[in-house]
Amino acid sequence: MIPAAAFFILAAVLFVLGVLAFFVKKDLLTQFMAVEVMLNAANLAFLALAKSLGKAEGQVIVLFVITVAAAEAVIGLAIIVLVFRQRKTIQTDDLKDLKG
Amino acid sequence: MAELFWLIPLIPGASALGLVLFGPRLSRKWVAWQACSAVFLSFLLSAAAFVHLARLPPGAPGLTKTLLSWISSGSFASPIAFAFDHLAAVMALVVTGVGLLIHVYSTAYMAGDRSYARYFAHLNLFTFFMLVLVMASDLVLMFVGWEGVGLCSYLLIGFWFERPAAAKAGMKAFVVNRVGDAAFIIGILFVLTNIGSSSFASINEAAGNGLLRHGLATLVAILFFVGATGKSAQIPLYVWLPDAMEGPTPVSALIHAATMVTAGVYMVCRLSGLYAASIPASTVVAWIGAATAIFAATMALVQNDIKKVLAYSTISQIGYMFIGCGVGAYAAGMFHLVTHAFFKSLLFLAAGSVIHALAGEQDMRRMGGLKKHLPVTFPVFLIGALAISGVPFLSGFFSKDAILTSAFAGGHYLLYGLGLLGAIMTAFYMFRLVYLTFYGEERMIPKAGHHIHESPRAMTIPLVFLAAFSILAGYVGLPVFFGGKADLFGRFMEGSVKTVTHHLAVSTEGLLVVLATAASLLGIALAFVFYRRTPILPSRLASRFPGVYRLLVGKYFIDEVYDAVVVRPLVRGAEKVYERFDLKVIDGALHGSAAAAGLAGKGLNFLQSGLVRDYALAFLIGAIIFLGFLLL
Amino acid sequence: MVWAVFSILSFLCIGSVVAMILSRNQAHNALFLVLSFSSLGGLFGLLDAPFAAAVQVLVYAGAIMVLFLFAIMMFNLRVELPARVKRARLALTAGLGTVLLAELFLAGRKLVLGSPGAAPAAGGDTAQLGHFLFSDYLYAFEITSLLILAALVGALALAGKREGS
Repeated sequence: MIPAAAFFILAAVLFVLGVLAFFVKKDLLTQFMAVEVMLNAANLAFLALAKSLGKAEGQVIVLFVITVAAAEAVIGLAIIVLVFRQRKTIQTDDLKDLKG
Repeated sequence: MAELFWLIPLIPGASALGLVLFGPRLSRKWVAWQACSAVFLSFLLSAAAFVHLARLPPGAPGLTKTLLSWISSGSFASPIAFAFDHLAAVMALVVTGVGLLIHVYSTAYMAGDRSYARYFAHLNLFTFFMLVLVMASDLVLMFVGWEGVGLCSYLLIGFWFERPAAAKAGMKAFVVNRVGDAAFIIGILFVLTNIGSSSFASINEAAGNGLLRHGLATLVAILFFVGATGKSAQIPLYVWLPDAMEGPTPVSALIHAATMVTAGVYMVCRLSGLYAASIPASTVVAWIGAATAIFAATMALVQNDIKKVLAYSTISQIGYMFIGCGVGAYAAGMFHLVTHAFFKSLLFLAAGSVIHALAGEQDMRRMGGLKKHLPVTFPVFLIGALAISGVPFLSGFFSKDAILTSAFAGGHYLLYGLGLLGAIMTAFYMFRLVYLTFYGEERMIPKAGHHIHESPRAMTIPLVFLAAFSILAGYVGLPVFFGGKADLFGRFMEGSVKTVTHHLAVSTEGLLVVLATAASLLGIALAFVFYRRTPILPSRLASRFPGVYRLLVGKYFIDEVYDAVVVRPLVRGAEKVYERFDLKVIDGALHGSAAAAGLAGKGLNFLQSGLVRDYALAFLIGAIIFLGFLLL
Repeated sequence: MVWAVFSILSFLCIGSVVAMILSRNQAHNALFLVLSFSSLGGLFGLLDAPFAAAVQVLVYAGAIMVLFLFAIMMFNLRVELPARVKRARLALTAGLGTVLLAELFLAGRKLVLGSPGAAPAAGGDTAQLGHFLFSDYLYAFEITSLLILAALVGALALAGKREGS
């Protein structure tokens, strides 16, 4: 069998990659996608833990995470669409209203 | 009635408070009645308490009452407590009695002034503080009164504060007094740390029992005396008194002749146990007194302003009082204080009457021949002049004689000689004043001389009273050879002051009396020669000794010396401190902190870039640090 | 044999994420992620969580990423990306990423080393999962459905077309 350790390492790497993606990319949409990647990495870690501890709660959590991620994606995309409609851009660097 | 003695200071105090708060709204008549009645009530109470004391057997303690506990810290306590013993009785009677007469006089003198209520408020306030000073049972409360009368002096000297000269004179008085007060406070501190109590009883007792190491007693006594030189205008802190003549004349009479300036003498007598225990200190007191007496008299010889002559005369006479205290004759010093209060305030008020008659003229060179115009003022003035000159059978003769006899009896022959010399000068300058003002040809300028009139009754009646006292007051202190009635005053005072008595043969005393009389008559005769018979003599003498004359007229240039040595360096020093410290350090710190806040704001500005990725970066770093903490 | 599957799936997963980072076209990015999530679904299966695997593929890869693609296509969100990332920023991010990775490894060490490796998943089957969902976690379950409803309504309210526009 594959040791849970491997899955954890995978999850960690995936998470860091997601972080990197978030910081490297400059458009809102792709950054949002990076967030999804991070969420998935967490899911993987949860499941690996569930397997290694022998509890089913891990899977329950994963289910909920996926559901919430779906809802979040919907709203997030709606907002991005709105931003695009108003500002005609989804370059994060252009959205500087918080400046000062 | 005598048990109510503690009200004596409080009644004028309450009146002062009322006048301060409501004065401008009250009618002048009300203000006058209230102010005078307050002092009158205090006088009645003082008289009642005095009578009570007089009936007690000699050596009995006086009345005391503690009003409230004021300072209580560890083992030191200074309650607000009044004590009315023989010494206080005498002072209280003088303050309230002469004060009453001056209050009445002021109602007419200040009638035209627009700050009528303020004047009487200050005058009542002064009376309050002076009575606190006199009736205090411990040093700290006395110091409250001491400072208070200094404050009132400042307020009253600068009463017409729109006049720059008056304002400056007020400040000068206050500041010079402050110097003395600093020494006084240091003295109090020494007393507190060494005796643990500031009550007069404990100080005198400690000094008497030798509890105070000899050097300490001297130090403390001298420190207090320095304070007294400020308050009582002796060398070296007398310079404010001549300037204080800028104030209204009744103020000069009350504060700068009869009461406040005598506070120093009172203080020394209060602490007679302390001064008796320290011969060096007493010597200092006596010699400063003598030096001041002569010094001031020389300056009075050439003054042309009528009030200035009286001012220097006051300084000189207080010097006599200190001679008395210094040689251990505290009762004699107090006696002279009392008689001086009468005739000096008489002289001041009468001078005020003259000035009033001449519409404000104060220069004696522009007076003359007023004898026939002022039928009341002239005789009373003459009585005062005779009294101060020590002419026999008037009060001044008895009191001055008491002092000089004590000095001689104590073996201080040099002091006696100086005193005698001063007596000659006193008679001389007083009668110079009389001759220049009331005799001879009229030298008034038209503005002053066109409406010479005698003063209203409110002014002349007090003058008459004071003149009567100036004549009669001497008879409570008759010299020994009058037998049983002798020295009633001294015997009364025995309850409060430690008096060193020496006994002289009756013949010696008689000789001294003759010498004193001769001195005063000599002075009067010289004045007559100089200013009546050969009026050319003064100017001829002045031109023969121009240097001396200039020195005297210039008041020995002491003011200029003080200015150069003390005042200017202090002002320059203060300016330097202002530049180096106030502007640079304090303002710098202020501006600096403002600048720092601004810099901090600007510096941290970069954090607010508005870019999401920067905020996300912050998140990440935070998360990393947090995780790090969790792991470690 | 299992290791081979694992290796392929993990390689696919990581690889597509890397490709997503490197690619500059949003549509490509989305597609790469679809691949990544699908392989992740496979990995879930390897972890004895068949239901999770199914949901992952259905919802994540099949619905969410498709939604992304819809958004990209329908609203013309495809824009050309400007110049390259600044060197300094790249270095900083890489450094921070490494630190994070190290920390995560450290954090996971206790779990990793302590685990027996492959304990039989007691209650790892779907029936057990269903049982949990409808008993212990019923409340959360119902709330989640409300949440989805709210998201639906919210999306409509936010970005839906107005009358006549």
